[in-house]
Amino acid sequence: MAQPSTNPSAPPRIVPEPGIRTLTGAQIIWDALERQGVEVVFGYPGGAIMPAYDALPGSTIRHVLVRHEQGAAHMADGYARASGRVGVAVATSGPGATNLVTGIANAMMDSIPIVCITGQVASTLIGSDAFQEIDFTGITLPITKHNFLVTRTEDIMPTIKQAFYIASSGRPGPVVVDIAKDAQNRSIEYQYDPSPVRLPGYRPERLPLPEELREAKEMIMEAKRPIIFCGHGVIRANATSLLLELVHKTNIPVALTLLGLGGFPARHERSLGMMGMHGEAWVNKAIQEADLIIALGMRFDDRVTGNLKTYAPNAKKIHVELDPAEINKNVKVDLPLLGDVREILRLLLPHLGPGDCAAWLAYIEELKGDSAVRDIQDLPDNGRLFAPHVINDLWRYTDGKALVVTDVGQHQMWEAQYYKHDHPRKLLTSGGAGTMGFALPAAMGARLACPNDEIWVIAGDGGFQMTASELATCAQENIKVNVAIINNGFLGMVRQWQQFFYGGRYVATPIKSPDYVMLAQAHGLKGICVTKRSDVRAAVEQARSNAETTLIDFRVEQQDSVYPMVPAGADLDAMIRRPKPELKSAPHNPIFETGDDK
Amino acid sequence: MTAPNQPTLRTFVAYVEDQPGVLNRIASLFRRRNFNIVSLNVGRTHEAGISRMTVVVEADDDKALRIEANLYKLVNVLSVEDISKQPNIVRDIALIKVKAPPEKRSEVLQLCQVFRARALDVGPDTLVVEVTGTQDKIEGLLAILAPFGVLEMVQSGTVAMTRGDISSAAKSIAQERPRIAVA
Repeated sequence: MAQPSTNPSAPPRIVPEPGIRTLTGAQIIWDALERQGVEVVFGYPGGAIMPAYDALPGSTIRHVLVRHEQGAAHMADGYARASGRVGVAVATSGPGATNLVTGIANAMMDSIPIVCITGQVASTLIGSDAFQEIDFTGITLPITKHNFLVTRTEDIMPTIKQAFYIASSGRPGPVVVDIAKDAQNRSIEYQYDPSPVRLPGYRPERLPLPEELREAKEMIMEAKRPIIFCGHGVIRANATSLLLELVHKTNIPVALTLLGLGGFPARHERSLGMMGMHGEAWVNKAIQEADLIIALGMRFDDRVTGNLKTYAPNAKKIHVELDPAEINKNVKVDLPLLGDVREILRLLLPHLGPGDCAAWLAYIEELKGDSAVRDIQDLPDNGRLFAPHVINDLWRYTDGKALVVTDVGQHQMWEAQYYKHDHPRKLLTSGGAGTMGFALPAAMGARLACPNDEIWVIAGDGGFQMTASELATCAQENIKVNVAIINNGFLGMVRQWQQFFYGGRYVATPIKSPDYVMLAQAHGLKGICVTKRSDVRAAVEQARSNAETTLIDFRVEQQDSVYPMVPAGADLDAMIRRPKPELKSAPHNPIFETGDDK
Repeated sequence: MTAPNQPTLRTFVAYVEDQPGVLNRIASLFRRRNFNIVSLNVGRTHEAGISRMTVVVEADDDKALRIEANLYKLVNVLSVEDISKQPNIVRDIALIKVKAPPEKRSEVLQLCQVFRARALDVGPDTLVVEVTGTQDKIEGLLAILAPFGVLEMVQSGTVAMTRGDISSAAKSIAQERPRIAVA
């Protein structure tokens, strides 16, 4: 249980201390990164970062040349999500840096520790609108946890140390280190300072008071209709086994946020699945009727709560959260417990026991009853290919063990519904920012963090085309991932909203794709096109056995929608359900879930 | 007495590292979180490298707590305290240039005396007066001087300090700040 909170799998690094050396700022950058345990960086060279690139061959660090800096930021992000370590992206000044912005914002919204090293024009030119000069610390101020502009060679090493510390401690987040070109070029007498970082204004650790923990214990033991929320914080804090212990002790059911998926085993009998806009009806109903919510490491996002005025009206709320600024931001809570989820669970667990919630559990089973025939089962089996089928089959054929990276949109919600993750860090998805184009580069970063995992990208035809250029990076760097493109010829989620809320006017949502098989081949990779459900298995097996990245173009039903759905801002239990099809398909429907799907 | 959750003017005292860009970080935070700054003052303290800010914001209790928590998230912010509910001293300073031809001069000066405003400069037809105090007092003097013709005016941001013993924000700078809570 005593694993460290940030670097669960970081190999211990013993670097012999070489004493004082004369190094350039550029060499110092790599030395400082090596000392942080960095093994790989994702980047793209350019004028203001050229000194650093020139010094790269002297380093043990692997560099992955991306095709667009947004890809570098997402790769660093995917690397960080999959490993729990800090991911690193490198870019030059000006447009190189601004191309990182989307990826940085994405990491910020999901609290992902990445460090972005960017070149800046020489300190003597800053402010002069020099070639490729952009005020990058200014631009990234609201989308970083912190950022630095380094103009002195002496400051490079201490700043990189601080950047890693800030990025990975407390509530993690992206940190930008913008380094002027002349600071990279100058040589100084250098010795690494191994002492711990001290930042007087930064105190990431905190713990609740004993009386607060006592109050929490009483609230939990008295509750008749309690429910636990598992958020991203559970995974970040490596608290999944403690959460399991909590559930075994108390028997309280668990609902999960999108980013919390995998934080509690999906196939556990107390798992209710994902809550919120596309959560199952019984989860949202249970939340609305609960008398106690124990929210662990989540932030009551609007996609989770629906209408705040009618949200969980009868529930007392305990909010276990690391960031005090999240307390009472969206939902007023009765008892905030500030601190690391794992530490707080560790302190609470000895005092908890089985409560009296048998009636509540029976009631939830009853709620599930009417949905036991799940959406996927209501889909007509008419020979066409449905996206939920593809994802459900992929889950089955990969034994639920793949590391799945999704893009953003309908396929993302279907993945959350039909790929049941039992382990943490096996679903990487852009939650807060909802960044299309995330999946492929993030999966490539995850590949380098987890060389032994089977990695699947699930992306829509829209999002995939946003960063498809990184296929060339896959080919050049021999990065193998499996890619399932859920190709419906539409920007599906927007089309779904147009269908529900904009009178079915499909404006700018039909989207043409290239021939993905040929696109893969053009990169020296493999491509497969699937149009029938019966061909899914063979394609999945083929992709898995191929040595190179393989794209599968799943041509799915064009105008299918994600159900259930709580319209934005509506009451949580006011959901749109899948319209019942005329069940002409009689007694035996081969797409009915089988017993082993449960 | 105002109801507990009505927006009122809240005064925050923050100690920050005296580094380039810190003011920008704080201003950016208030803009991004949609907290409306009524007044903002930054200045040096008796300790080198540390600046003290006084920020006046309109906020209810919940929002005030969130402002404090968000300020703490900034790495360069050393300590924060909402001093609105403690006995405190709040001061602004204003310079007012008022039309005062020789025949009106003594009348203006007499009125200024009532407000304990000092004359800083006498021109052939103008007076510059300095007044220190609360916003109310400054507005009071301004209203009195208005009929003579106010030509220019400048006002500082509010500075504030708690009465009595050292404030907790200042104490935490003086000593190593304790952890927020210890179990």
